[in-house]
Amino acid sequence: MTTAYRPDQRLSPVQWARKNLFSSPGNALLTVAALAFLFFVLRGLIHWIFFTANWEPVSKNFKLFFLGQYPADQVWRPGLMVLLVAFLFGLSWGARGGTVRAFAITLAVGMGVLGLLPVSLEAISLRLRLWFLANPLLVGLGYLAGRRLVRGVRPLVIGWLLAVLASGLLLAGVEGIPWLPPVSTNVWGGLLLTFVLALVGIVASFPLGVLLALGRRSSLPLVKALCTVFIEVVRGVPLVTILFMASILLPLFLPENIRIDRILRVVIGMTLFASAYMAENVRGGLAAIPAGQYEAAKAIGLNGFQTMLLIVLPQALRTVIPAIVGQFIALFMDTTLAVIVGLLELLAIGRSIVQGNPQWVTLQAEVYVFIGLLFWVFTFSMSYASRRVESALGVGKR
Amino acid sequence: MIARKLLSILAIFVLLALALASCTTPTPQTVEVTRIVEVTRIVEKPAAPAAATIAPAATAAPTPTVAPGTTPRPARPTPLAGQKRLDFIKARGKVVCGVHTSLPGFGYLDKDGKNAGFDVDFCRAVAVAIFNNRDAVEFVPISAAERGPALQTGEIDILSRNTTWTTTRDAQWGNFVATLFYDGQGMMVRKATGFTKLEDLDGATVCVTTGTTTELNLADAFRQRNLKYTAVTFEDTPSVFSAYEQGRCDAATSDKSQLAAVRSGFKNPADHVIMEITFSKEPLGPAVPHGDDQWFDVVKTVAFTLINAEDLDVTSANVTDMLKSTDPSIKRMLGVEGSFGQTDLGLAKDFAVNVIRTIGNYGEIYDRYMGPKGASFTLDRGLNNLWTKGGLIYAPPLR
Repeated sequence: MTTAYRPDQRLSPVQWARKNLFSSPGNALLTVAALAFLFFVLRGLIHWIFFTANWEPVSKNFKLFFLGQYPADQVWRPGLMVLLVAFLFGLSWGARGGTVRAFAITLAVGMGVLGLLPVSLEAISLRLRLWFLANPLLVGLGYLAGRRLVRGVRPLVIGWLLAVLASGLLLAGVEGIPWLPPVSTNVWGGLLLTFVLALVGIVASFPLGVLLALGRRSSLPLVKALCTVFIEVVRGVPLVTILFMASILLPLFLPENIRIDRILRVVIGMTLFASAYMAENVRGGLAAIPAGQYEAAKAIGLNGFQTMLLIVLPQALRTVIPAIVGQFIALFMDTTLAVIVGLLELLAIGRSIVQGNPQWVTLQAEVYVFIGLLFWVFTFSMSYASRRVESALGVGKR
Repeated sequence: MIARKLLSILAIFVLLALALASCTTPTPQTVEVTRIVEVTRIVEKPAAPAAATIAPAATAAPTPTVAPGTTPRPARPTPLAGQKRLDFIKARGKVVCGVHTSLPGFGYLDKDGKNAGFDVDFCRAVAVAIFNNRDAVEFVPISAAERGPALQTGEIDILSRNTTWTTTRDAQWGNFVATLFYDGQGMMVRKATGFTKLEDLDGATVCVTTGTTTELNLADAFRQRNLKYTAVTFEDTPSVFSAYEQGRCDAATSDKSQLAAVRSGFKNPADHVIMEITFSKEPLGPAVPHGDDQWFDVVKTVAFTLINAEDLDVTSANVTDMLKSTDPSIKRMLGVEGSFGQTDLGLAKDFAVNVIRTIGNYGEIYDRYMGPKGASFTLDRGLNNLWTKGGLIYAPPLR
């Protein structure tokens, strides 16, 4: 016997439980079984996290996890980069609100909490605490500045582009500036390197993928054939193979005076790989645009290029946002494959810590759980952002 | 107009990509597996990466001298054709050295994230010999598969990454300098079992990493003795030893240095013993690119100096006093009198003093990481003792 509720009725917790968890004897049984299962799993997990696990390899190596071998006296550079990003998040939040708001607040609160953690000054030094606390401060400052001063999107776009440029210069350094000595990419590592690989890969593969998708639908037979062959060949080869090729075979085939930076080799390989998949995603979006759109565009006198840029692409890309974000997330996690070509990204640093120190060799579970958690935080943020963008653009509503 | 530009850019991309794609050879993909296999299985050797023999790379002007501590531009051009690598290194301001980053004792990251280990210190010794600066080295983390190509292209000046000297590698990759560490495969068992020789392990399960020579040697060793065993294979070292420690196999096999390293990380190291038997030869040593005899000799001379210094009891602590020694061998080594060819090679007359003072002699480097108070673990010197003390470590005289 189930009780009927009005659809708009606000339920008390008891009513909610009866409706959703115990609506029939079968459901009640399932609920109890599920709760029991959860209880045992969680109890084991919590016991492991707080009592069994030894987090020493993680807590003693934060710098390695986040920055790899980046010189200790130059750590202020990535630090400054994060502060810059915090300020820009605040600025964007103040000027636009909406999607970035959740990120700005999460960043500010997370950093604030880390800065105020009630542990000794030895565990988190005063300088590090100040740096943590500077983040919410800058988000706040950015928010105020954004509300008062920024009009329109253009300043924000320019700001972010400048930030990307500045970050690159900060990380790599400039020869000839004494306070900004060049830092070889050999010592970039940890989460920093993971981010560099993923961001460059994502940013570069997107336009390339769109071009490939357009090329594959081109009416010019040569362009069409080349794009199709490229996409199908790259999609037919595992990423590991492409990475091996880029980092091992490529240097053997190149002329003797050309040497490509080791990180760049991997980035190029990953970008080519991701762009082929991106092209197929975008092509799916293009195929979904009804012919009427093209005809309407032609009717108001747009040429082929304008039709594509103003009418077709915006609609096509909007439809495939979920697929594209899925692709980005996959690319972010695929950066871990760089471990097999000797780059010390996050996973490789974890391996170095576990395998390089005999006293920690049996503590791999802790290290990998920590790395998994870091990856989850970032991939979850990406999918959250995509959902916000989708709802802002009304994907699936029209 | 724009469309045409777009198309031409596209075409270039595609052509480039095709050029790349045409060189593709499918590689077996690595997968995490835990499987149980019978001894009769024939394990395929991993395909040798890019067997193409390439003349040592050349060309491109040397980068301007950079103050040690900073880094030259990321792309490292290799020396000009005909240019001596040593001159090129001097102009560059640092030695580029391919190292391991996750092997305790040999090449790992210490708690500050700095490269450390036996192999790493050898690179530092070469840097001191040339620049009198232990930090004039750029360490490049190299994966096992990249070792050959990195030497063949001349991207690195020295490969010092726990590499077994084999004749094929010597022919294809570069010149092996000297054996600085004699390793060999061993077998670890729980003390409580009382096993002391391979015959005791008839019918046992053995944990081993898959796809390595370790697995092949294991199969050979048991087949020679007509013994049966079950291999439990894993993709990486920590898994092998976690499984062993949890009691999933009766024994674990790996290089003896690694067994000693891992055992020191166990909860009760004394509960495990490494059997006496060694069933493979693993002479480890640094290698340099083919085609530059002077550079080959420089690195060899540094290696021989480290060994001779221990032979002559010259250490980092007493090297200053030893300058006043009356022993002609010591006088010659430290550049006080005579010569052993160091200036012919382009090194300073007293480079040995700097090397011994900053890095120490062979024994000191060994003890720093693997001695009784070693930073990584403790391993009896065994074969790696001096020839005068029952080991195999021997170097030509410095004269």
